[in-house]
Amino acid sequence: MWARNLLFAGVCLGGLAALVAGLSPLHRRPSRETESPRPRPAEFASAVDRLNASLGDVRQREKLAPAPRAPVQAIARRLSLALMGTIPSLAEIRELEAQPDESVVAWWFDHLWADRRASDYLAERLARAYVGTQDGPFLIYRRRRFVSWLADELHANRPYDQLVTQLIATDGLWTSKPATNFITVTAMPDQERGPDPNLLAARVARAFLGVRLDCAECHDHPFQPWKQEQFQALAGFFACTHNSLRGIREIAGPIEVENSATATPVSVIPAVPFAEDCLPSTGPLRERLARWVTSAENSAFARATANRAWALLFGRPLVEPIDDIPVEGVPPALAILADDFVEHGYDLRRLLALIAASDAFQCDSRSAAEVNVAEDCAETLEQTTNDWTTFPLTRLRPEQVVGSLLQSASLPTLDHQSHIILRFGRAIGQAEFIKHYGDSGEDEFAPQAATIPQRLLLMNGQLVYDKTKDNLINNAATQIAALASSDEKAVEIAYLACLTRRPSAAESRHFAAKLADSRGTERRQRMQDLYWALVNSTEFSWNH
Amino acid sequence: MTYDTWQRRRFLQLAGLAGAGWLTTISEILAHRAEGRAPREPAQSVILLWLAGGPSQLETFDPHPGAAIAGGTTAIDTAVRGMQLAAGLARLAEQMADVSLVRSLVSKEGDHERGTYLVKTGYRPNPTLVHPSLGAICCHRLPVGNTEIPRHISILPNQWPARGGFLGNCYDAFKTSDPAEPVPDVVSRISAERQTARRQDREFVDRVFAQGRSRQTVAVQHGQMIEQAQSMMTSAQLRAFEISDEPVAVRAKYGDTPFGRGCLAARRLVEQGVRCVEVTLAGWDSHANNHGTHAQLLQILDPAFAALIQDLRERELLDRTVVLCGGEFGRTPRINPLDGRDHWPHGFSMALAGGGLRGGQVIGETDPEGGKHVADPRGVADIHATVLSALGIGPADEEISPAGRPVKLSEGAVIESLLTERG
Repeated sequence: MWARNLLFAGVCLGGLAALVAGLSPLHRRPSRETESPRPRPAEFASAVDRLNASLGDVRQREKLAPAPRAPVQAIARRLSLALMGTIPSLAEIRELEAQPDESVVAWWFDHLWADRRASDYLAERLARAYVGTQDGPFLIYRRRRFVSWLADELHANRPYDQLVTQLIATDGLWTSKPATNFITVTAMPDQERGPDPNLLAARVARAFLGVRLDCAECHDHPFQPWKQEQFQALAGFFACTHNSLRGIREIAGPIEVENSATATPVSVIPAVPFAEDCLPSTGPLRERLARWVTSAENSAFARATANRAWALLFGRPLVEPIDDIPVEGVPPALAILADDFVEHGYDLRRLLALIAASDAFQCDSRSAAEVNVAEDCAETLEQTTNDWTTFPLTRLRPEQVVGSLLQSASLPTLDHQSHIILRFGRAIGQAEFIKHYGDSGEDEFAPQAATIPQRLLLMNGQLVYDKTKDNLINNAATQIAALASSDEKAVEIAYLACLTRRPSAAESRHFAAKLADSRGTERRQRMQDLYWALVNSTEFSWNH
Repeated sequence: MTYDTWQRRRFLQLAGLAGAGWLTTISEILAHRAEGRAPREPAQSVILLWLAGGPSQLETFDPHPGAAIAGGTTAIDTAVRGMQLAAGLARLAEQMADVSLVRSLVSKEGDHERGTYLVKTGYRPNPTLVHPSLGAICCHRLPVGNTEIPRHISILPNQWPARGGFLGNCYDAFKTSDPAEPVPDVVSRISAERQTARRQDREFVDRVFAQGRSRQTVAVQHGQMIEQAQSMMTSAQLRAFEISDEPVAVRAKYGDTPFGRGCLAARRLVEQGVRCVEVTLAGWDSHANNHGTHAQLLQILDPAFAALIQDLRERELLDRTVVLCGGEFGRTPRINPLDGRDHWPHGFSMALAGGGLRGGQVIGETDPEGGKHVADPRGVADIHATVLSALGIGPADEEISPAGRPVKLSEGAVIESLLTERG
């Protein structure tokens, strides 16, 4: 009997020890293999040069001095936020700083791209343009299935033209062929209505071509070339798409779409509004449409994709608004990116890497020539620079703020290998935080200012409190207070963990003085106060 | 010669205008004398009682007692002769002299999210533009006054609280839960001394960040928002959320439920100059057990709605507060095999009261046989146009969307028969 008791006690103790070991900051996983970056071919460098030159031309004309290159930590922060929705961990910054300077950005890009978190995050961002954020029809629309499929495709770096072709043209069930959720999200089964050709035409035009053709849904567009007939003709490609027990299928029949102004059906002949030569004359309707959208000669496709990639990295698109790119007269930089994208087989990874390698992406957000502005003649956010001579300030999205908050409270990297309890806690805290912070939904690149409830949430909210309070197992603030070798070191670690940079001399002095001669609870409280000041700063909540 | 002619003509025209103007003034004076009072001030605030899920018109504001579609639901008489409500709304029935019903709302949105968007904004969802909700328009168009707390508040919001849309997220509703619980995030957890030190440290970090970025950091308004958040944290107006300040009898009248407390808080908030409060009562999506679900929810809705109207009237706030009550659509006249009713946007109801709108009116009529034909059909936008008019805001006024397109505040037509009482 005593042997059983002993065994039981042993199992309990062993379990507890494993738990503590897993959660402890002292427990370090061997860092992921630090490979050298995939060598970039020589022509990549010349593509970067062309891109830089095209933006440089504009600056020269306007006589604008470009900002110097940003510190490498700042560039790494931008990339992490764009590709993973979080800031780098202290552990990652250490790895980053061990890299040779000339290849560090390329190394960091490859390091992020290889991480499954990047494909998951990018899939969610792209899904907003493809299917929006609404719940969609019950049963026949599976958003999570769709997003995880999209993440798989991105992880495999499927050529983007093939990915889009799948979205538009796939037949089948929403479960076994997740791409079809692009179609089923527009159905309204409780109204006995199948997939909506008008909504689908609008989505295709906006998400893949950067054209707001749906502005002509009810009447001819007053100041763009689009006609209502053109919109209806494009919608015609979806008119024979139906939903059945076997899933999405094209069934031959009369090609009719609804006239949105009069709510009456009209017969149409499916046609495209531009680049007519790229439209195959035979084949199933949606397949013809997909081949037209992704045709190498249809320049709108590559431009729209390049503009979206730019927006993902900068937080604001090269041409605004993101889905309204003029047919004529796009910025030369957009044309260069689009051409490169087509030439290299619609490689999304290369497109993002190319933008990340540009001077515009790597320049400082501080301008070379400081201008002082009085508060009363201040510009609005929309009016601030988009000449790309400095990196623009954009508000972080809710999931980026909460991702950064959680990461800043943990010195090791929070990723798919983190302890299950940490991940579970993270997911709950994250969902609650986003609900209160307010998600901007589909319209994610419209310039937005900060709001009072958001500030209140970061100043007094539960998550910030939980993540900075006294907790030696989970919270970086407590750990730094207890373990850092000096006051200056403690301030430096807090700055690196929260703001991905070292403090200036003045900042180091200011905060080290506050920590000086403190110990125990008092020291931990002062460290919490420092953490609070950092996560409530402009610098923390904005991309820069 | 031409010059003289022009002058004479011009003179005559002006004289004519002046004459007409003079007549108008006289007629206005006469009209007001006949009414025996000065023209009414426009309404100042809106309270929306949001019945999320889509309440059945047949079990609430549009009963058809005795008809097959009633499924046994009976009706009760109200303070207004000839106007009936479904059984279960006895307390509201006493207040109906101040409440009007639109029974003929028709829409094309039978999905919860899309229907909610339509009823809250007055526009159908549109991928090109996010429209502002009614409350956001009120906050945007009406002056701030001395209000230090958020002017647009959503109590007990479901997943789609009212939004600022293209007017900006600064007009999004401030979300708060049951007033029995503290308002989220407005109380600091540390001593005043530490708070001050933290604030100074934050400003210090921001000053360092602003070096070289002064233009951009001014535009992002981060510091400004923090200051406003702080003034809200210390505002005495926050007490409006403390319904425990009210006498027990008043609280009892509203009902001891989260929704009842929300309605009471809404009244207190309106007193502080808050422009729009939405209070959500969810659970109306009765695909199964329709009658049972509604009977339960009416026990919550009836005392709260009735007490709100009575309380506002007794405090002379009803004339300056529009109260709306309804959900995203109605429910099918046919009862399904699970004893439920499904979504039905082809003839549903909304109640309107206060803000100088006429009470005791019924607009439109649904088919007692359960068909889609309704008498005097009205779009949801008509409700918006009517409420905006009551607030002294022109529904046809335009805002410019981010794409540079002029967008009317509402494309609906004012329901004139509800406005006639106004001076």
